[in-house]
Amino acid sequence: MSSTGPRAATTDRTAAAAPTTGRRPGRSGGPRKATRNRAGRFREAAKRQLIPWLFLAPALIIFALFKFVPLVRMIEMSFYQVRPFLGDVYVGGANYDQVSSDEVFQDAIWHTVYLAVGTTAGSIVLGLVLALLLEGQVKHLWFVRSAVFLPVVAAMAVVAEVWRILYYPNADGAVNSILGLVGFGPSAFLNSADTSLNSVMVVGIWKGAPYDMMIFLAGLAGVDRALYEAASVDGASVWRRLWHVTFPALRPVFAILLTLAAIRGLRVFTEVFLLTNGGPNGSSEVLMTLIYKLGLERSGELGVASAGSVVLLAATATLTVIVQVLRRRGAHR
Amino acid sequence: MSGVDTALGLDAKRGPVAVIAKTVLYGALIFVFAGPLVAIMIGAFIPVSDPTKLTVIPDEFTLDNFRQAIERDVFLYLFNSFVVVGVGLLFQVLVSILAAYALARKKFVGSTLVMLAFLGTMMLPEEVLAIPLSLVLADVPVVHVNLIGSLTGMIVPVIAWGFSILVMTEFMKDIPVELEEAARIDGAGELRIFWSVVLPLCRPALGVIGIFGFAMIWDQYMLPLLVAVDNEQFTLPLALRTLRTDEEVGVGVLLAGSLLALLPSVIAFLAFQRSFLRGLTSGAVKG
Repeated sequence: MSSTGPRAATTDRTAAAAPTTGRRPGRSGGPRKATRNRAGRFREAAKRQLIPWLFLAPALIIFALFKFVPLVRMIEMSFYQVRPFLGDVYVGGANYDQVSSDEVFQDAIWHTVYLAVGTTAGSIVLGLVLALLLEGQVKHLWFVRSAVFLPVVAAMAVVAEVWRILYYPNADGAVNSILGLVGFGPSAFLNSADTSLNSVMVVGIWKGAPYDMMIFLAGLAGVDRALYEAASVDGASVWRRLWHVTFPALRPVFAILLTLAAIRGLRVFTEVFLLTNGGPNGSSEVLMTLIYKLGLERSGELGVASAGSVVLLAATATLTVIVQVLRRRGAHR
Repeated sequence: MSGVDTALGLDAKRGPVAVIAKTVLYGALIFVFAGPLVAIMIGAFIPVSDPTKLTVIPDEFTLDNFRQAIERDVFLYLFNSFVVVGVGLLFQVLVSILAAYALARKKFVGSTLVMLAFLGTMMLPEEVLAIPLSLVLADVPVVHVNLIGSLTGMIVPVIAWGFSILVMTEFMKDIPVELEEAARIDGAGELRIFWSVVLPLCRPALGVIGIFGFAMIWDQYMLPLLVAVDNEQFTLPLALRTLRTDEEVGVGVLLAGSLLALLPSVIAFLAFQRSFLRGLTSGAVKG
């Protein structure tokens, strides 16, 4: 990393000495004669091509070591039974067979999709409602927005710990006592197989909605005010105005949020790991917590865990491409 | 007729009923979203013997939670977190601006491919790569270093971040090329142009990638989980789980630890709010 500094500096000095033929051919008439021969010009072009790579080198090296090498390893391992110290055994698609047929994996995949869809939809809807309610220039609204935005800023580990406390499965627990006020019985939340996954989802929405709100607010700020005027001159109700003016203008925002959700939704780990660790009885086990258990806690199932990761990555990539295609098509219309 | 400035037009609604309704609404929203975090702050300073004692209304003040948290090495974890985020962010910003400079200001063969590769890394977070990453960290290819059990292992993988590079690239593209050419005619070299022409103009974007990088590194969980082998290397977010499972300490101690993990990110957000919000929209629009 630090070695690129001086190296870039030396090429830099030589590059500066060389004429800038590419951009301003007329300016460097003098030195150009000296490098008129083909070899000189070639070296110059090579240098021009080389400089960007020196600037890119640190990022490329880090990405290669910690993104692309692991990616290749992961795909490779997914075809092997990985046995540390004993040598790996090629098993073909057996790991993938296990991922696709094993009931534990089936459940985890279903939970992951359920959680991702629910969190995404919940965050977008609640985020939109928040944005509509908190839109405006007034100073106190700025304060409310900042307060509402705080969950986005808090580290997931902090959020998970405080929600574990809020979800205390007893009538005196914080959320339960509020539910009690409006006449709902105490829920076991994270401690019951029936409610664990939904409880995790609520935390995800609580942390995700304010983020979506801010992006919606940016979108709302860009809506043409003249259209609002026109709508009110025409005597349109607030609902009609929302439906015909505001929502169409927010279409790009929906596209952005769906793209982000496609990338982020399926890889959910930290909140589940900390809130329930997949329990009780595997009722909230998602792909990543399962992969973590198989590959790292119990170790030895690295091959199967890798196959699961490859499936997760493939699903993420597919989703992203689908959303992008829809987005393009939407933009053309 | 005029004055319709927002989608719902709530701003324009005045009169006592509307004001009361709005106040109740805002109060409820603040309670729901900021309440739990305020409860951490309050709970850290009052005796909280069990989870049912969590409140947003303080009764008696104590520093006992912090005393016990410190006995359990919470300052060491906080220090670790600061080392990781400090060193990590410094290098992350540096790596990002270098890469962005090449992508935004240079024409070269393969630039589209590099851009695609960078975009691709955004689909490869630590979670998805966890399994092979743990092996790579134990024996880094080419250099054959074991990074497991050292803070370095939590720092090095995060110093290149696709988001940061892309935001910076988009920003640098908008800097007029004439400035650069003028400097070149004056005989400025490549590094000189980068350092004293392009970089000073990027200050707003530096704020954005700075605050986002901070939040990203502070929120890291999987990577420290893979790297840390014992408490010595725990970052604060990672250590919260041990505080929770420690049966000798009450909920108050966990809240004290949580508060220490929460405050830096909240302070950073409030201090750089503008950059944060700008990044939220600009990054997302490009993403």
